[in-house]
Amino acid sequence: MTTVNINGVDTALDGPEDTTLLWAIRDIAGLTGTKFGCGAGLCGACTIHVDGVAVRSCQATVGEVAGKKVTTIEGLSADGDHPVQVAWRDINVPQCGFCQAGQIMQAASLLNENPNPSDQEILEGMEGNICRCGCYERITAAVKQASTGI
Amino acid sequence: MLHFLEEAIKAAPKKAVEKLIVAKASRRDFLAGATAAFAIGAYATNADAFARYKTGGDFMPGGVKYDPHTFISIAEDGQVTIVAHRSEMGTGSRTTLPMVVADEMGADWDRVTIVQAEGDEAKYGNQNTDGSRSLRHHIQSMRQMGASVSHMLAAAAAAKWGVDVSTVKVGVHEVTSGSNKAGFGELAADAMKQPVPEFEALSFKDEADFRYIGKGNVSITDLHDITTGKAIYGADVSLPGMKFAAIARPPVVGSSPLKYDASEAWATPGVENVMGLRITGLASAFSPKGGVAVIASNTDAAIKGRDALNIEWGESPHSGYNSEAFTAEMRATAKEPGQILRAEGDTVAAFAGAAKTFSKEYSQAHMAHAMMEPPVAVANVTNGACEIWAPVQSPGDCRAHVAGALGMDPANVKVNVTLLGGGFGRKSKHDFATEAAMLSKKIGAPVKVQWTREDDIQHSFYHTTSVERIEVALDAEDKVTGWRHNSVAPSILSTFAPDSGHQFFIESGMGHLDMPFEIPNISVENGKAMAHTRIGWFRAVSNIPRAWAIQSFASELAHDLGKDDVDMLMELIGSDRKLDPPNQGFPDNFWDYGEVYDEYPIDTMRLKNVLKLAADKGGWGRDMPEGEGLGIAVHRSFVTYTAACVHVKVVDGQVTVPEVHMAVDCGYAANPERIRSQMEGASVMGMTAALHSGVTFENGAAVEGNYNDYEMVRSTNYPLKTHTHIVEHPFSVHASGVGEPGLPPIPPAIANALFHATGVRKRDLPMGVDV
Repeated sequence: MTTVNINGVDTALDGPEDTTLLWAIRDIAGLTGTKFGCGAGLCGACTIHVDGVAVRSCQATVGEVAGKKVTTIEGLSADGDHPVQVAWRDINVPQCGFCQAGQIMQAASLLNENPNPSDQEILEGMEGNICRCGCYERITAAVKQASTGI
Repeated sequence: MLHFLEEAIKAAPKKAVEKLIVAKASRRDFLAGATAAFAIGAYATNADAFARYKTGGDFMPGGVKYDPHTFISIAEDGQVTIVAHRSEMGTGSRTTLPMVVADEMGADWDRVTIVQAEGDEAKYGNQNTDGSRSLRHHIQSMRQMGASVSHMLAAAAAAKWGVDVSTVKVGVHEVTSGSNKAGFGELAADAMKQPVPEFEALSFKDEADFRYIGKGNVSITDLHDITTGKAIYGADVSLPGMKFAAIARPPVVGSSPLKYDASEAWATPGVENVMGLRITGLASAFSPKGGVAVIASNTDAAIKGRDALNIEWGESPHSGYNSEAFTAEMRATAKEPGQILRAEGDTVAAFAGAAKTFSKEYSQAHMAHAMMEPPVAVANVTNGACEIWAPVQSPGDCRAHVAGALGMDPANVKVNVTLLGGGFGRKSKHDFATEAAMLSKKIGAPVKVQWTREDDIQHSFYHTTSVERIEVALDAEDKVTGWRHNSVAPSILSTFAPDSGHQFFIESGMGHLDMPFEIPNISVENGKAMAHTRIGWFRAVSNIPRAWAIQSFASELAHDLGKDDVDMLMELIGSDRKLDPPNQGFPDNFWDYGEVYDEYPIDTMRLKNVLKLAADKGGWGRDMPEGEGLGIAVHRSFVTYTAACVHVKVVDGQVTVPEVHMAVDCGYAANPERIRSQMEGASVMGMTAALHSGVTFENGAAVEGNYNDYEMVRSTNYPLKTHTHIVEHPFSVHASGVGEPGLPPIPPAIANALFHATGVRKRDLPMGVDV
């Protein structure tokens, strides 16, 4: 049993400390917005924030985040109105939508660290997140919009 | 696809035309001759606004349904609920079809709720979301049902107010006549009791009065849920008492476990059970592959337990499948004459009398779909009934096959369709749902089966591997007089029936038989290639290797003859005409995407038009800097015409794509916004297919397993700007789908651009990112 603060709530997670954080969040805490895509840190679908920084939850364990602040897509904003989420909707980014929670969490973390990224910094900052439907052009535009408010 | 496969398997000589269902509204006693009375408001007459045409939807299982009571309901508060009966995998059909209903009935989109249909084709009509068919087959029924409800609301209002129905106007979510006014909700109960009008009695909105159709102003219905993590995909379903399973499947098709040691799996915390999943006979059709399942209290434990299994797999007839050797074999076969599928003119004489000949060969490796959501399903088998929650493209087929696997009456199987995290043809095959059902039955509890990425890539129903050889005869004036195209590829049919080594009419209909060039002597041939893995279908299917070969070849021929690529294509396509299959050597079973040919003929004028459009918009003919080039390709697939003009720039020895211009003619464009998103997506997936996608086999097993060795285009190197140019048509030019047709022109356009940039010609997919 490990207690982890998820989206502001101290949450008791049953099971060993080496339980993969992604599955603890999904199966044990019941927060299913965070997705499983590759299990190897290659696609970014499972991206969450640990103390405000983007982390691939399929590569972390419950033990590693004990006492830390975990934020999932469900906790990114109160009403889904984080500037990144708003930009995503303005630009109609998603197709199937499955990777988008991870993309949004990555973009939010990127803008948190670098509020005014250059185009190249956006592309490089989002490189770890795959979108098989191919929404990259709109993702890039949405990150840009969220950063500049344009 | 499945429906056509079944037809092919039966090899029935009877034509599907005999099964034609003439669409009629449900109540024939409705107000005969009342057409004029229903010409309400600004609506055009029936004939002006909407002339009914025949689609292949009538030939599909379940056909097309027209009863508004099945699809539409209105609550007392005016909230309109519309059923989406097709699966949503990213194309937007779950939004676009209900949007058509809403517009035609006068509903305010902000007051519309969409609910997803369970798998029930007797009720909803065909639900097999595949073949770029959703709009093509269902836009007419959606308009008809919307218009029906509009008329029923008007009739109810006329009765309520005691006025003639011709004075009644249906506006946006309200109905008026003079000073009388009522919202949809007030009239709903009476309206839905009105008889459903026959098609002939309906009047339809004029296209100019559409508020949503053709506008692209409606966002996808799940947009807010997707951006807030609330959207429900297959793995997001949870049931009380549910167990989690991961399965070790045989790496080689046809193999099974000889013995296994599960002691380490049992020692994994959270593991509750280990059991064999026995499949009799070779894994085929949509049957699971079998293997060993680990059942646990969460997915993490199930996967870790599964990975800890020590299994000795038996031999299979396919253990000797090696991609390199197989491709060499296909190349040798392609050089020999194949079975002749289409013979027009006298190709032998054309080659015998040729001033010169020119031939090239193009290959493609297997591909896996690698949609972001790997296969996953939840099943609950209790008391002789089964309920499934799964991201499936064809819930009706899933229902039938799960019932078959469990020995149940399909009436006792319910399939709930979640959102699909991508499909691309993989989720037409519901082996994962059957696995969950079999395990749930075995352990007597709800089960979720989760596939890992490695499971997905190594146990796919693969896009076939192929060699396409094209040879032309030229006369002394460099005019092409003969065309020979031999396609060699394991067939999809092998997954469903004993393998003949030959392709079947669907594969032949995808860019092979229907090659549109105006050449007097044509021989379309198919050489034998046996399948050694499960062959399935992947977005655009056989159109990918055919466009790859034909469009690359046209560019190579142009170069050889000192001509411009676009001029060469225009010359090859020739005059404005509609191909005439019976008189151009096509076989009797030529498959025009399941449509009646005359409704969707192969029209060279439309083909040339998208070619010109892409070339013009892409700036074809301009001087390019060193290391940069333009490439072009044009192809008709799924009765939609697409062309791509691609700008390639070599940067640090790698292929990059600064810009793509896509021209698309899909008939009437019902939702331009989602057409654009599909073209943008096809541009990206096309670049991935061109540069990266190859699953190779060694000793019968797939070598690649995850995104490290089965790579995807990423944000640091994708087509930076995709412009979509949509050919505008009125509704009378039949709408067709766009889920697949964007893909085929991209790989050859990239290769052609790369050639113009560098002089390097690539003929094998994937071509790699390095020049």
